[in-house]
Amino acid sequence: MSLEAHLETTRVAYDVHRVRKDFPILSRKVQGKPLVYLDNAATSQKPASVLKAIREYYESYNANIHRGVHALSIQATEAYESVRRRIQEFVGAREAREVVFVRGTTEGINLVAQTFARRRMREGDEILISGLEHHSNIVPWQILCEQSGAKLRVIPLNDAGELMLDEYEALLTQRTRIVALGHVSNALGTINPVKQMIAAAHRKDIPVLIDGAQAVPHLRVDIQDLDAEFYVFSGHKMFGPTGIGCVVGKAALLEEMPPYQGGGDMIKSVSFEKTVYNDIPYKFEAGTPNIAGVMGLGAAVEYLTAVDHLALEAYEHELLEYATQAVSAIDGVRIIGTAAKKTGVLSFIVNDVHPHDVGTILDREGIAVRTGHHCAQPVMQRFGVPATIRASLALYNTSGEIDALVRGLHKVKEVFG
Amino acid sequence: MSDLRSLYQEIILDHNKNPRNYRAMEDADRSLEGYNPLCGDHYTIYLKLDGGVIADISFTGSGCAISKASASVMSTVLKGKTREEAERFFVLFHDLVMGQRDPAKNLEELGKMAAFGGVSEFPARVKCASLAWHTLKGALEEKTIAVTTE
Ligand SMILES: Cc1ncc(COP(=O)(O)O)c(C=O)c1O
Repeated sequence: MSLEAHLETTRVAYDVHRVRKDFPILSRKVQGKPLVYLDNAATSQKPASVLKAIREYYESYNANIHRGVHALSIQATEAYESVRRRIQEFVGAREAREVVFVRGTTEGINLVAQTFARRRMREGDEILISGLEHHSNIVPWQILCEQSGAKLRVIPLNDAGELMLDEYEALLTQRTRIVALGHVSNALGTINPVKQMIAAAHRKDIPVLIDGAQAVPHLRVDIQDLDAEFYVFSGHKMFGPTGIGCVVGKAALLEEMPPYQGGGDMIKSVSFEKTVYNDIPYKFEAGTPNIAGVMGLGAAVEYLTAVDHLALEAYEHELLEYATQAVSAIDGVRIIGTAAKKTGVLSFIVNDVHPHDVGTILDREGIAVRTGHHCAQPVMQRFGVPATIRASLALYNTSGEIDALVRGLHKVKEVFG
Repeated sequence: MSDLRSLYQEIILDHNKNPRNYRAMEDADRSLEGYNPLCGDHYTIYLKLDGGVIADISFTGSGCAISKASASVMSTVLKGKTREEAERFFVLFHDLVMGQRDPAKNLEELGKMAAFGGVSEFPARVKCASLAWHTLKGALEEKTIAVTTE
């Protein structure tokens, strides 16, 4: 069966055109042309239900949480805590108190580095990350290295952009104190075999943090099945608002960790002589949190939960295949990142044309892609390119939009002769 | 297509493909790096000065067509010019890409630089066009720390 025919059959189970109607922004025009939004790995668009949840909070029960005895505060607190339970179910955590609200993946990784890992690091210890990481899963560990004298070790990639698992096993040493690993690469789309990698680390009693920022919009995540000590993600990449995300951690570890920031809400009692910290997860949620963001994230989780996930994964898989074939068929285009298991991302370069110029020309066609290093400069260095063009897909993208991308790339070649 | 052609004019495409004065200068009096951390454009500008005159100018590095063509055109415009003239060209170029100088009305003064008149319609690309010029300015001012656009 041809790919187009395949897409047609998947369409029976997954109605992308109905999905598109849920996202108001998708009907707007850019440069007089229909918006083709292919920058989902940077941030996704939001369905109307997410916007409505945020608005409803401000319009009808805006109040601070965990402190008032009045009706609005009680309602806001209940709604806030019910989102925590919804996220617990969404990612399969054991208990709701294992879900800590943070600003996003970046803050989550910094939190784990500073409260969990820092106390375990001694001079000469090792932190193991991979060559695929986003800067936010590199720099917090480098800071920790500076603070502790620990060393950063990096799992290498093969030419397809897959982690080299034999090397990984060899890099798990007696000095390794933590493994911090992306679930899905934002630069190349590689899906790492995290379950297997977590098991390998656990055989040597090494805890693992998974950066799930690019996984949650595409894959069903089951944290208990993966058995990661910490799983971190951002709301805005999974159709929720910006400024909210989660660290999901094992309760026993969260309990022994010191707080990240001090302030209101994270304490049980304060006196100048002695302050008693609150229980988890509140110990890590100092100050008034992003309450509206939590409401929006709750609606995003509800939205994703309602989608038939098997049909979605099949659809996204076909769409990425379709895009890969269509784009690599263009003369002079090279795909960067050809892992056997990928989701959501097509990174490529066009011979003799800088990605930035490609991005400008596509923009004139109403097509939004990201061009640059995608906050993953080591990945670019590994493939010997300064930058790539990245088309990143979400559940509302269509094969018609891929066709528009291909037409845009032909225009690039026209301009640059 | 027409507005794309106004950005990617023939002169720009030509200088991108065949950049002039594209070489490292062993005996440069001054050299300075300039980069755009957002998009990775990265150049080094080399100067040989003879009194107040730019006796020779060259560059190396990589980046998008706009940034590379801009460095190349700049090198051809400034060779043999005095420091004061270079500073005047800097202002001209700056005003041009910021949309404060109509290329059609200042053709004579602008010369080849007029090809960058379309850049002002593409705000995201103004920094690409001006990177080499800011680096040059830094070199003339004897800066030693790399110039960045951010
Ligand atoms: C893999 C990965 N990790 C971490 C991040 C950082 O996420 P945020 O900017 O939401 O903190 C991103 C997003 O850019 C990402 O793609």
